[in-house]
Amino acid sequence: MTKEMRSAKDAYSRSLIRFDVVERVVHWSLAFLFFILIATALPLYFPSIEAIVGRRLLLANIHTWVGIALPIPLVIALFGNWGKGLRSDIGRFNLWTSDEVRWLKSLARDPMVELGKFNPGQKLNALFTGSVISVMLATGIILKWFNFFPLSWRTGATFVHDTFATLFVLVLAGHIFMAVTHRKALRSMLTGRIPSSWAERHAPLWLRESNHESEDST
Amino acid sequence: MDGSSSTGQVRPIGRRVFLGITGLGLLGIIFGSKAQRSVSDAIGSGLGGLLPGGNRFRIYSITGSFPNIKPASYKLKVTGLVHTPLTLSLDQIQSMPSVSLVKDFQCVTGWRVSQVPWEGVKLSDVIDAAGATTEARAVEFYSYDGADTESLTISQARLSDVIVAYRMLGGPITTAHGGPVRLYVAPMYGYKSLKWLSEIRLVKKASLGFWEQNGYPVDAWVGNYNGRQDAPIT
Repeated sequence: MTKEMRSAKDAYSRSLIRFDVVERVVHWSLAFLFFILIATALPLYFPSIEAIVGRRLLLANIHTWVGIALPIPLVIALFGNWGKGLRSDIGRFNLWTSDEVRWLKSLARDPMVELGKFNPGQKLNALFTGSVISVMLATGIILKWFNFFPLSWRTGATFVHDTFATLFVLVLAGHIFMAVTHRKALRSMLTGRIPSSWAERHAPLWLRESNHESEDST
Repeated sequence: MDGSSSTGQVRPIGRRVFLGITGLGLLGIIFGSKAQRSVSDAIGSGLGGLLPGGNRFRIYSITGSFPNIKPASYKLKVTGLVHTPLTLSLDQIQSMPSVSLVKDFQCVTGWRVSQVPWEGVKLSDVIDAAGATTEARAVEFYSYDGADTESLTISQARLSDVIVAYRMLGGPITTAHGGPVRLYVAPMYGYKSLKWLSEIRLVKKASLGFWEQNGYPVDAWVGNYNGRQDAPIT
């Protein structure tokens, strides 16, 4: 490796690609569609807001069709060769080291643990959101096309839809709080890139892994 | 994936978390009805008014705002195939023999408020006061919101737990719940219990109501879930 090449490589490694364009588009479409879902859900759920807003059928129709549309960007991204980055990150959500389990049990306080691209909290957030999308879609379909399901299922679906919505709003509030208090991470969801100094502190295993990969390709 | 993380074993915990939460949600569809019953019994209707599974009403309205009707100026018309068309005030309705029911309010979408106290007059008494002609086979209902309509066959309308209600939940019916006067059709799903009742019209054949035009069944029997075998408490 020549001197020039090394300095070029140093400049390059000052930031890493954290999210590719497909992942960012999927993230922000989900965010936008979830926003509409929550906004229309409020009057559907709270009588005092319904009393002001009214137009229940219109709101319910918007809520239903936006809900059905929500998984579409995710599914399109998952099943195409453009979805490599997303699929690889979902693979990261799946696989946990025993260190990560220890980190979670110590409530993020174990200093001995070196983390990869995502910490266990971020992994849980992504996995939970994935479950919420599946469960809300299933229960929402039962509520919309109720004719095909027994009444006890509809009552159950309403209960599950409401419970998961409440839990999701709490988790989402935490997610947004973490985003606005961690500006570099938030910016990486907009620009795709994160400083390698950030990765050194928060995701050292991932930084080593990326350096290793780029050395391999040199 | 995490090629360099050689510290310890790597396990597919993420898949278990995803399948666990999703499975819990899907099991909840099948067993949630029982869970909802015990949750609503446990938390009651105070705090339960806000929590999922609580014993709470959801307010459905079709139009942008509620019709605001003062009890003193309220009028109920009984028209169509009757011998004597009537216009009844709230006082006149309340002077008729009253019935009290304690029955569930079951929405077709699945939520249910159990053991709601209702009070009003039997719909059949109101129909008899006007005197239905032999041609009358069905009854249409109209709302002060100007949009909602409903209907029953004449034999459904004559059931003893189908009432023109002016009290529920231990007080006069609030505007949000369809006051001062609404229909309560105990054996059927909630959308049949039209709010802000303005007119009862006897007809040969009923036209489709608002929710029926939107795909809901015309005959909206709840089945055994709504205590249909219970005799009304008079």
